[in-house]
Amino acid sequence: MITKRIIACLDVRDGRVVKGVQFVDIIDAGDPATQAARHAQDGADEIVLLDITATHEGRGTLLDTVRRTARELFVPFCVGGGIRTAGDAAQVFEAGADKVSVNSAALNDPALIDAIGRSFGAQAVVVAIDARRDPKAADPVRNAEVFVQGGRKATGRRVVEWAREAEQRGAGEILLTSMDSDGTRAGFDCELTAAVSEAVGIPVIASGGAGTVGHFVDVFARGKADAALAASIFHFGVSSARSLKEELAKAGVSVRLPC
Amino acid sequence: MTDGDLPLVEGAERIVLPGVGHFAATERLDATGLTGAIRSAIARGVPFLGICVGMQWLYAGSSEAPTQPGLGYFAGSCTRFAESTEKVPHVGWNSLEVRKGSRLLAGVEPGEYVYFTHSYKGPVTADTAATTFYIEPFASAVERGNVMGVQFHPEKSGATGLKILRNLLSWEAKEAG
Repeated sequence: MITKRIIACLDVRDGRVVKGVQFVDIIDAGDPATQAARHAQDGADEIVLLDITATHEGRGTLLDTVRRTARELFVPFCVGGGIRTAGDAAQVFEAGADKVSVNSAALNDPALIDAIGRSFGAQAVVVAIDARRDPKAADPVRNAEVFVQGGRKATGRRVVEWAREAEQRGAGEILLTSMDSDGTRAGFDCELTAAVSEAVGIPVIASGGAGTVGHFVDVFARGKADAALAASIFHFGVSSARSLKEELAKAGVSVRLPC
Repeated sequence: MTDGDLPLVEGAERIVLPGVGHFAATERLDATGLTGAIRSAIARGVPFLGICVGMQWLYAGSSEAPTQPGLGYFAGSCTRFAESTEKVPHVGWNSLEVRKGSRLLAGVEPGEYVYFTHSYKGPVTADTAATTFYIEPFASAVERGNVMGVQFHPEKSGATGLKILRNLLSWEAKEAG
C-alpha cells in the first residue's frame, strides 16, 4: 500500500542551514549534509533543501552543498531555490539531486517546466506554488491567488488553474504552500490542499501551518494530500519524523514504518 | 550512455542500468552498441540489474514507445497504469510482496518499503521476484538467473535499498546443475 510521505525541509543560505526541522539532539545545526543524513536516519521519507541564497557567488556553494548532501543520502532528495533555467536545473541534477523545485521562474516562463521535464523526466520536476485565499473571489479557495518572490508579489494567477497548467506541462508533483496558514501552527489549509489535489492527477505535497500531529492526520484525510512538508517538527511535541509517523500510524494513516 | 561506455561494459563484473525518463531513450543503447555488449555480458554470466526504465527495458517493449524494442529477456510488455481515481505517476514508498527464492531480495522482510516513481510498469509473470499493489498488482522486481530488474529505486530506498544493492555486490554465480 502506498504510504503518506513526511518530507523534511531545510532552508539553506550560503551553504548553512538557517531554518530547519529542529530536533532536540542536533549534531550540527548548520551543516546541510549532516542534517539531511540525520533526518533520513530519523525516519524522514524525503529531504527538500531550499536555497535562499540571494547572491550570485552563493550559487557555487549551493552546488557543493548538494554534492556533499547527495553523497550521504539514500532517500529522495529535492532541491529548490534560485533555479531559473533548464541549465541551472541540469547543474543541480548533476550534483546529485533527484528532483528540482521551481516556483517564480516557472511562473515567469512556464515553458521551463516542459524543458526540465523533457530532459530529466516529469518525476524530477516539482512545481512549488505559494497561494493565498482570495476573499473577493466567488470561490476563495479554488481561486486562491498565486504569489511569487517569497509571497511578496501577486501574480493574478489562480491556484487550481495554475496547478493544472503545471501538470499539463509535465510537472511530476505540486508543492503547495498556504500563505494564510504558513507560520500560524493552526493547521494546514485542508480546503485549499483538497481543491488542488482533486484538480490534478499528480501528487500534492502540503505545506504551511502544521502545529500538531493532528494537523497532519487532517491534511492527509480531509486535505487529500499525498505528502506533507515538516518545517519544524520540534514544535509538534515529537522528537523525530519517526515518532511523528508512529503517532500518525496510531491515528490510522498509512506511513512507512519501521523506517 | 555513450559508446565510450562500451569497454566498461565489456570488462564489468557487475552491470547496473539505472534509468528514469522515457522508454524511447533506450534507443541510445542500440545506437551506441551497448545492447549487444550487455547481451554478451549476460551470456557470460555477469550479474545485471536494471532499475526503473532499466528494468522495463528487459521486457519485450513498452506502450510508452511502441516502436522501440526492449531486450526481450523477460516475456511481456510494459503498460501504463490503468485509468482510475488514483494518481499517476505512482510516487512514494510502497511495500514489496517478495516471492520465495529471490537472491536479489534475500533478507527483505514482509512489509519493508521501497521508493517508486513511475507511470509504466511490467506485467506479473513466472519471473516476477516481487509484486507491489498500486491500482493493480505489478512486477516491482524480476529475476531469472543473473538478470534482475527493480521498478523501485534501491539507491533511494534507505536501508532496504542498500541491502538489495549489497546482495548484488555479493552475488556469486551458482554452479550449474
